[in-house]
Amino acid sequence: MLHRAVIKNHALEAQLFKRRALVAAIFCVLILLVLLSRLVYLQFFEFSHFSTLSENNRVHLSPLAPNRGLIYDRNGVVLAENRPSYQLELTPEQIKNMPDTLHDLGEIVDLDEDTLKRFDRLLKRSNKFEGIPLRTKLSEEEVAKLAVNRHRFPGVEVKARLGRFYPLAKSMAHVVGYVGRIDEKELKRIDETNYKGTTHIGKNGLERYYEDQLHGLVGYQNNEVNVQGRELRVLDKIPPVPGNNIWLTLDARLQQVAEKALQGYTGSVVVMKPHTGEILAMVSLPSFDPNLFVHGISHKNYKRLRDSPDRPLFNRSIKGQYPPGSTVKPFVALGGLETKSIGHKEQINCTGHYLLPNEERKYRDWKKTGHGMVDLDKSIAESCDVYYYELAYRMGINRIHEFLHQFGFGEKTGVDLLGERAGLLPSREWKKRTRNKIWFPGETLITGIGQGYMLATPLQLASATSILSMRGKVYSPHLLSAIEVPGDEEKVNIVWPPREPVKLKREANWGHSIQGMVSVLHGLRGTARNTGYGLDFKMAGKTGTAQVFGIAQDAEYDEETIAKKLRDHALFISFAPYKDPKIVVAVIAENGSHGSSVAAPISRKIIDEWIKNNKGKNAK
Amino acid sequence: MSKIQGKQYFPSFSLRLMRVLHLDHALMLGIGALLLVGLIVLYSAGDESSALIHRQLTRIALAVVVMLIIAQIPSSTLRSWSPWMYIVGVILLVLVLLMGDVGKGAQRWLDLGFIRFQPSEMMKLVTPMMVAWYFAEKPLPPSWRTLLVAAVLILVPTFLIARQPDLGTSLLIFAAGFFVIFLGGLSWRLMFGMCVLAASMLPVLWHFMHDYQRGRVMTLLDPGRDPLGAGYHIIQSQIAIGSGGVYGRGWLNGSQSHLNFLPEQSTDFIFAVFAEEFGLIGGLLLLILYGFIIIRGLMIAVQGQDTFARLLGGSLSLTFFVYLFVNVGMVSGILPVVGVPLPLISYGGTSMVTLMAAFGMLMSINSHRKLWSK
Repeated sequence: MLHRAVIKNHALEAQLFKRRALVAAIFCVLILLVLLSRLVYLQFFEFSHFSTLSENNRVHLSPLAPNRGLIYDRNGVVLAENRPSYQLELTPEQIKNMPDTLHDLGEIVDLDEDTLKRFDRLLKRSNKFEGIPLRTKLSEEEVAKLAVNRHRFPGVEVKARLGRFYPLAKSMAHVVGYVGRIDEKELKRIDETNYKGTTHIGKNGLERYYEDQLHGLVGYQNNEVNVQGRELRVLDKIPPVPGNNIWLTLDARLQQVAEKALQGYTGSVVVMKPHTGEILAMVSLPSFDPNLFVHGISHKNYKRLRDSPDRPLFNRSIKGQYPPGSTVKPFVALGGLETKSIGHKEQINCTGHYLLPNEERKYRDWKKTGHGMVDLDKSIAESCDVYYYELAYRMGINRIHEFLHQFGFGEKTGVDLLGERAGLLPSREWKKRTRNKIWFPGETLITGIGQGYMLATPLQLASATSILSMRGKVYSPHLLSAIEVPGDEEKVNIVWPPREPVKLKREANWGHSIQGMVSVLHGLRGTARNTGYGLDFKMAGKTGTAQVFGIAQDAEYDEETIAKKLRDHALFISFAPYKDPKIVVAVIAENGSHGSSVAAPISRKIIDEWIKNNKGKNAK
Repeated sequence: MSKIQGKQYFPSFSLRLMRVLHLDHALMLGIGALLLVGLIVLYSAGDESSALIHRQLTRIALAVVVMLIIAQIPSSTLRSWSPWMYIVGVILLVLVLLMGDVGKGAQRWLDLGFIRFQPSEMMKLVTPMMVAWYFAEKPLPPSWRTLLVAAVLILVPTFLIARQPDLGTSLLIFAAGFFVIFLGGLSWRLMFGMCVLAASMLPVLWHFMHDYQRGRVMTLLDPGRDPLGAGYHIIQSQIAIGSGGVYGRGWLNGSQSHLNFLPEQSTDFIFAVFAEEFGLIGGLLLLILYGFIIIRGLMIAVQGQDTFARLLGGSLSLTFFVYLFVNVGMVSGILPVVGVPLPLISYGGTSMVTLMAAFGMLMSINSHRKLWSK
């Protein structure tokens, strides 16, 4: 191969290289300036943007739920508290073999199919380092067993969480209510910020009515988190403000006595202090265990409660509307005196039935043979129907409506509970408005004995009785007595101002009606004279029997053959002592048949208990 | 420069030592400063792990030894070795493709029994050596024929490495070879033509790219496309840099890195840690330091004794710059994610040794010229 001479000009090449190196150097400097301008853009112009992103990365704001306020009765008995409930939590990153662990745990605690399925779902969407709840509401025994076996299960922990607990369970279920998990509808209603971190909300009863007091204010904690979301340290913290404790007018012991006294019946008892409006007891039977609802009631249990014909979830005291029956008579009598439709000594002959002019229909007295000559006192004591047919006829429906309305019939009492019903006090306008029919005279008569259209809740009866016993002074029935702000020394007593009183033209008329009610218990032929025996003070009352269904004219009426569901409701309203009343009791025993034999003794038991407890306290 | 002053007036101990060891004083200062900065940032990026620092120090020591050894070899010797090293290197690359270990989804390592070896690293040095060797024999500016041979010499290792696949390294090797051609006097017209050609070839290149590589390009264009997947690296590193601001959050105070939001924070993304903690001012100083080293390298090259020395020195200096540009460009989000470390700062042994070996060559070019010319 021919060797071609390589002509290299070294000086020229060095010169060429120098030029190229200079170009390259300039190029490098330019590129460095590009990089620098990128840094200026990121670090100077976009600094606040990236700084925010960095903070968002780093800082995780987590809400701290406030502790819910407690609920006490008037004597400091706890009705609703926050108790640690034990739950089993598994931390996946610490568990080597999840299926084996679950299997072994299954031998110690009860793990059913549903529990495992739910856990599986949670496992998939939770962080590995977070405790995932496997079982809630562990029993003491299970907790103990787990403690013994703890060494076998790394990553398995028993954690105590605060959960609402109702120590008196069934006794207070309707009044105190219960909390449950916040649902979609409630999410829209509440202030979401304040409920961040809160899982439960008052669903019913006082828990719901005083939700704002009980809940408290949410707190916050800024945590520094790493990329996995693990919280590394607390940067700052605004502690939550716990909810206020609320003190009720209720007397837990009296409530339980009332509950026991009514046991065996469905129905309601309301006990009040007439001179303040404080509700001492409010019983509705049958009841339920509110604790079932706190951690989510099982479908089976809920179905059972919901579908029971006795409707245990229904608060009869404020929602149950019953015909007041004869318990309305003292009020009608008072109306008769006030409207001068009758004099208090004036007598009416009761022959066992009553006839309206130009009408065939017989309005029967509960006593077929009649009561003979009846004055106002006897009409209440013996609960003569004919007397009230005549009185109602004389007063007319307009005046009856007008007078009874002053005692709160047909109107909500405004008690501090949601869902209260107004009952029904019929009038011509009402019938025209709702049924588009004219009022018949016969309807006036049966309104006079508390039948027909008229309906009242047990609370309304108690409230009306309180007004009567206090001779016209009206106090709002209520359950809240004081609010205790945690950390403050003194409770704040809630003042429930008295309402516009019922004014009579003749004050003495109060006495005539009340005297009639005293005769119910202490008169020779009083319908509840058996209940009045052995009292060392005098009480006043009125029995009532409310027809559940109408009985056809002339039909014989055989209690035994009527199914229990169709039996009359037994009612009794009372207060004691009659001169300076300190307690009012209204009782309704559904299908109890007779106010005198069923409802009145229940009242007596309650009053006895109350007197016993308040002896020496000057019956305060 | 320093050698003249030292020799004539106050030949300090360190200067005399430098001369004896064939080292360049200015370059050593720059490299030393970078290594120190690297250790400081690494301490923070590695969650203050002293074990990590110890391992890095060991590597630095090894790399410095390699640099010292190479600095003693005259560039004429390096030149004579070039073709043999190139041939061995290409054979090893083929072997890697045939029987290499797979690590992180790519075949890069060759297990020689006693040592695990990455031939592609060696090729970063050998490829420019080879092209420089070839050019040294030819009249410059190069003829068409010379250019064609040079292109083959560059593209063979480039494609072999791209097949592993290791896009970052093949890019660096291509750049190193290209710089030799450029410095050798590639005509501007031709260069312009090649740029046009390369641009028109982009769709074809796209076609041959792996899915993950395409993803990286797509991610660069729109990081929000997949914020938790491919875009995550870019987004998080930009957050780290941006949140550093002008003054930085201070050493050990970068939350992005300390809370592990930054990926690969000790290796390829270490610049984000630096920028987060030392801010724009730190970034500016760091870029100036790099610029100083590169300019010093080019100056050494210009003064090279022969064409081979000049071309090799210039190419190595510019390749060092490419490292910097690709890495910082990637971390700051103006280039796609390519696995190129921040030179002399990123944690990791192989690139450290290669870079220091390159500096050893620069030192040799510098000092042996002096001796030779005497």
